[in-house]
Amino acid sequence: MENEQTITLEVFRYRPEQEDGPVFQSYEVPLRKDWVILDALNYIKDQLDGTLSYRWSCRMGVCGSCGMMVNGTPVLTCATFLQQFSPGPIRIEPLDNFPVVRDLVIEMTDFMNKLKSVKPWIIREEEKPLEEGEYLQTPSQLADYKIYSMCINCMLCYAACPVYGLEPKFVGPAAIALGQRYNLDSRDKGQEQRMEALNSDEGIWQCTFVGECSAVCPKGVDPAGAIQRYKVAGAMDWWKSLVLPYGKTKT
Amino acid sequence: MPNVKMYKRHMNIFWWANRWIHIKFISRELTSICVAIYSLVLLLYVWAVLKGPEEFEAFSSVMRSPVVLVLHVLLLGGLLFHSITWFNLAPKAMVVKLGGTKVPGTLIVLMNYAGWVVISLVLVWLLLAA
Repeated sequence: MENEQTITLEVFRYRPEQEDGPVFQSYEVPLRKDWVILDALNYIKDQLDGTLSYRWSCRMGVCGSCGMMVNGTPVLTCATFLQQFSPGPIRIEPLDNFPVVRDLVIEMTDFMNKLKSVKPWIIREEEKPLEEGEYLQTPSQLADYKIYSMCINCMLCYAACPVYGLEPKFVGPAAIALGQRYNLDSRDKGQEQRMEALNSDEGIWQCTFVGECSAVCPKGVDPAGAIQRYKVAGAMDWWKSLVLPYGKTKT
Repeated sequence: MPNVKMYKRHMNIFWWANRWIHIKFISRELTSICVAIYSLVLLLYVWAVLKGPEEFEAFSSVMRSPVVLVLHVLLLGGLLFHSITWFNLAPKAMVVKLGGTKVPGTLIVLMNYAGWVVISLVLVWLLLAA
């Protein structure tokens, strides 16, 4: 490392057994062109300080577990190169808006419960017999929801969302986008069941359209777009229930 | 979840002041007040018309005073910012499909502007005709 260029990482440390609040610890790591932030964290863990805690798994932007705040922006650390922050320092923090368990590890139970509340699976009123084959879909029907199906549950959108930060009951961007993913699927019949979670005060109507969720999404899911589209659908549904009170309503 | 002492962070009241994108968002939300004030001014005009010519003239002279004119220009600026930022966001909420293909977002934005121009021209025509 003698002749190698280095960069400083200021890492958020929180060790509940020894401190009441977080402290920042600086580490000097090699500045290699092909290294992402996660490589630098692994270098710290392996070579400098084995006590550092953080989550990671696939290293290829698929598992969604290595999301952190890098210089105040939520990113996947496996997809963010060190070089772009040269000469540094780089500040690494756990994802905003979530409680911190330890160092860079956040508590995600709230997100998991919200995800479950929107029933992100295909709901059928009646299953057809297996011998009738699969449920067919045209490319256009697939295109209707495909963008929302790309979500990897990395929670960067929750960290970017000031509404979630201010009102923790908000169902939040990813869960709503995934609810929409199934609502827009031609095979699904579960819109009414999802209405309760999505069209509630804690659902789409909390969103003030800051738009940062879509800006930080590493998969281009566009949760902000999903929420606004659902607002239009929710408002239409309300008008329909008003005009046709005895008709089929979804509220 | 095991019994661990978690660290909770709280958002500062000025959370929006650090990033341009958040400042733009707050400005878009705050300029809705300009829309409300404009609506109020219009209602006051209707009220003045109903009250009779003298009341209408008195109200109009207040509206023509330099202070009110400066405020009017500021309100117009806020109103334009509000309208333009919302028009540019329209494609997020409106997904229009024509013959199975999605209409591009820029076209939806342009259609919004076109609607704005047409309605404005109709209003100008109505006012001039009167």
